[in-house]
Amino acid sequence: MIPARIDFRIIGDWIQPGSRVLDLGCGDGSLLAYLAESKGASGYGLEIDETHVEECVRRGVNVIQTDLDAGLSEFDERSFDYVVLSLTLQAVRYPDRLLREMLRVGTEGIVTFPNFGHWRTRWQLGVLGRMPVSTALPHEWYNTPNIHLCTLRDFARLCEREQIEVLESQVVDHAHRQRLAQRLLPNLFGEIALYRFRRARLS
Amino acid sequence: MKPIPPDSVGLVTPARLRFAEPLALASGGVLADYELVYETYGTLNAEASNAVLVCHALSGSHHVAGYHSADDKRPGWWEHHVGPGKSLDTRKFFVVACNNLGSCFGSTGPASINPASGRAFGPEFPMVTVGDWVASQARLADRLGIRKWAAVVGGSLGGMQALQWAIDYPDRVAHTVIIAAAPKLTAQNIAFNEVARQAILTDPDFYEGRFYDHATEPRRGLRIARMLGHITYLSDDIMREKFGRGLRGGKLNFDYQVAFEVESYLRHQADSFVGRFDANTYLLMTKALDYFDPAGLTDGDLAKALAPVKADTLVIAFTSDWRFAPARSREIVKALHDNDLNVSYAEINASHGHDAFLMRIPRYVDIFTAYMDRVFAGRSS
Repeated sequence: MIPARIDFRIIGDWIQPGSRVLDLGCGDGSLLAYLAESKGASGYGLEIDETHVEECVRRGVNVIQTDLDAGLSEFDERSFDYVVLSLTLQAVRYPDRLLREMLRVGTEGIVTFPNFGHWRTRWQLGVLGRMPVSTALPHEWYNTPNIHLCTLRDFARLCEREQIEVLESQVVDHAHRQRLAQRLLPNLFGEIALYRFRRARLS
Repeated sequence: MKPIPPDSVGLVTPARLRFAEPLALASGGVLADYELVYETYGTLNAEASNAVLVCHALSGSHHVAGYHSADDKRPGWWEHHVGPGKSLDTRKFFVVACNNLGSCFGSTGPASINPASGRAFGPEFPMVTVGDWVASQARLADRLGIRKWAAVVGGSLGGMQALQWAIDYPDRVAHTVIIAAAPKLTAQNIAFNEVARQAILTDPDFYEGRFYDHATEPRRGLRIARMLGHITYLSDDIMREKFGRGLRGGKLNFDYQVAFEVESYLRHQADSFVGRFDANTYLLMTKALDYFDPAGLTDGDLAKALAPVKADTLVIAFTSDWRFAPARSREIVKALHDNDLNVSYAEINASHGHDAFLMRIPRYVDIFTAYMDRVFAGRSS
């Protein structure tokens, strides 16, 4: 078996065994398959792309073909332990609404996204004066599906505004490795950010 | 006659079984004894773990695949999906297709002779429901030595039967594949069925359902019913694509003969239906559709109605199907995941309308095949 990607392993370490997971934009279902195998997790993936839907069916991952921009109204409150949004936040039409929806249907949320505050991104925009293109963000400005890019700091501010309590966060590089510099200055050296959060308890 | 293609199950012969035990029906009526006609393709394995039941839709039959004779112009109605190397791969699966009770293709129905009177049942044939069909098919499974289906699959009314199987016999169904179906009919659906029935019931040749005794049949009513049905099976887009405003003779004739291509199509569909289909069966089948509503027994709560289900399910809908729109399939999906059951849902981009479930659409074939491969891999469970 191929060693699991570090982001998968981080998410796997975060979730409790036997959890119910909803994976938004689940792609080929590899995260859910990994969580099922390593953590005994069960649940569903939501995916819009028909090729991915077929891949999920082929690997035995429950998948529901749907458009995330249409919301999660089909799911009842608190029907999952975790709702995961992996590298998809930046591509949805209303990230703030989707975060609220995640914490309606799930007890906790897990989000991963490409960090627009990474130094290479800043260099391309700040010094070269061009929209950044990188391994984590491979598209040109005119054809990118990534319409809502943010930095770690931006995400933290949104969480604060939405009364979302961040429980854990980590950063990795585009090859999903972790290095010391990323731990020290995550918003500068982290290419992909991972957050686990829940609705803040009102004191 | 063209040679039979190598990916066909080839020449097939329907089989017939008689069930002498009375079948209590949802209506309160009883069928004292009855016959079921069915076809099978492939071979049942020693553990009887590779059996798949295909349920047919309103005007379908047990003739799902292959040819009845070398002179047959057309194969069975799901030839695209059943055969060696196809979605329901007959090298792997033992596929069973049963003609529903009340039909006119061989199983006991209104045109059969009522042993009590010695003449055709006609209007005396009891109304049958989807649940009644499932109960009768369970007896067929018993006789064939199939304790548990690897999968029960069907499109449209056949998809409803698959769902009913999973509810009524949770331990006898490992997987269901529910295609272009709905958990119940809408008022609009029922309205279309009612117009179709009225066309038949008000035809002077209907004779209160006793037309057999008059050596006639309500051709006008049945033709109109079929034309109406076909309008609802196609999408606006596919009608535009297939016919547009095309003229049969290239010009307007200023009379009531066929002018537009779409008129020609509907008349052809109507003509080929009459003589092949029984008017009493059409009435019965549309009523079975109208009455189907598993949540009717649970105060409208579909999740509660599906609580007994154990099967894993694949639900497939088609974007342009407005008879049973994707949103209706999503209701089934929701009720299944509300019960924490394994369910996947695919919405196939297709312009064909409801009829898409009968078509060879690559994405549809791929998803269906991928799912059935999983069914086969896990068939012992």
